[in-house]
Amino acid sequence: MTDNTYGLDPVLAIDFDKEVERITGRMREILSGELHRRGFVIAMSGGIDSSVCAALAVKALGPKKVFGLLMPEQDSSSTSGDLGKLLAEHLGIEYTVDNIAPALEALGCYQWRDDAIRDVFPDYTSDWKNKIIIEGGLDGKINHFNVVVENPAGERFEKILPLKSYLTIVAATNNKQRVRKTLEYFHADRFNYAVIGTPNRLEYDQGFFVKNGDGSADIKPISHLYKSQVYAMAKHLGLPDAICNSTPTTDTYSLEQGQDEFYFALPYKKMDVAVWCLNNGKSEAELAEKIEITEEQAKFVYLDILSKRRTTDYLHKKAVQVEPVELSF
Amino acid sequence: MSNTANEQLLRNFILENYLFTDDQSKLDNANSFLDTGILDSMGILELIYFLDEELSIKVETDEMVPANLDSINNLLGFIEKKTA
Repeated sequence: MTDNTYGLDPVLAIDFDKEVERITGRMREILSGELHRRGFVIAMSGGIDSSVCAALAVKALGPKKVFGLLMPEQDSSSTSGDLGKLLAEHLGIEYTVDNIAPALEALGCYQWRDDAIRDVFPDYTSDWKNKIIIEGGLDGKINHFNVVVENPAGERFEKILPLKSYLTIVAATNNKQRVRKTLEYFHADRFNYAVIGTPNRLEYDQGFFVKNGDGSADIKPISHLYKSQVYAMAKHLGLPDAICNSTPTTDTYSLEQGQDEFYFALPYKKMDVAVWCLNNGKSEAELAEKIEITEEQAKFVYLDILSKRRTTDYLHKKAVQVEPVELSF
Repeated sequence: MSNTANEQLLRNFILENYLFTDDQSKLDNANSFLDTGILDSMGILELIYFLDEELSIKVETDEMVPANLDSINNLLGFIEKKTA
């Protein structure tokens, strides 16, 4: 086993050489034996998950059978595009940049979102910035959502979102992930390739994805790896420092937004350990000691993880048949 | 509104919108919505919206806890406190 643990909590340490071999071997087997496709399409956001997936795809098949897609829109940070290009060039794969802003504009994505924000902040206009943050889970409350806006003068305001406004904002912004997936499948169809889904274990477990958006894919190579393991894997694979050191963001809202403030109760390193502890039967006291929170907070973190699993179970479900039909061939 | 009227209003809201039935035996006032899977956290937010719309009861963020909202009995106790 390699002695390089990349600063991982000991419970999350894995042998990265073996893991890379296992994942890439399975990717080839799945592509050939189950999906019957000739290569992979991968959307590259410049984030850690898609970067590691792209690198694994190249390790599995070589750069000529992997096609990359960069799909910025008007709220994407310029950094994400730069990192996406940096990675595509680092890996030596063919890629294309498709700006999806006009498609989103045509679908009314921005209009619907801005109108819903104006339910709460009537002065809001499209030159303001916005983001949504989650509150409640760590304090044992029901999770609820606040909208934060910033006017061109740099003044910030925050208010709780009424349910209808929240649902409309999320529904509108979900168009971003769904339009991207439409393009991924366009390219996959024209090459006869399979689409890679890039959730890590935290995202998969806690339902942090859009149904029929980024949640849709033919293969999910890292959905069993905790987020800290994905960061470590990026270093192990020798990805550029700018990618390995990036902070996880949603890259969906115009104000900078960490994934923990949008969705997870804790920063990812602690969330990883919390989910691991829950999955491995550790007590609230053990979790509290491991990640330096109070026992009461540990109890609320466990409840929050279970609540999110319950709330997002629907996202994992395929269409449910009234009477299951078995197909043989 | 009387406690009995509130109880019926809340029960009917849950039965009609989450269980899709008018069979009163399907809902026990003591059962946790979350533990029994009748509601998830999004369902609780819908319930909060319903309390505001139908009973003009504003749920403050500090009050968004299961002890106030997670069963018919908890809701009735909470409404009584809020309207006392």
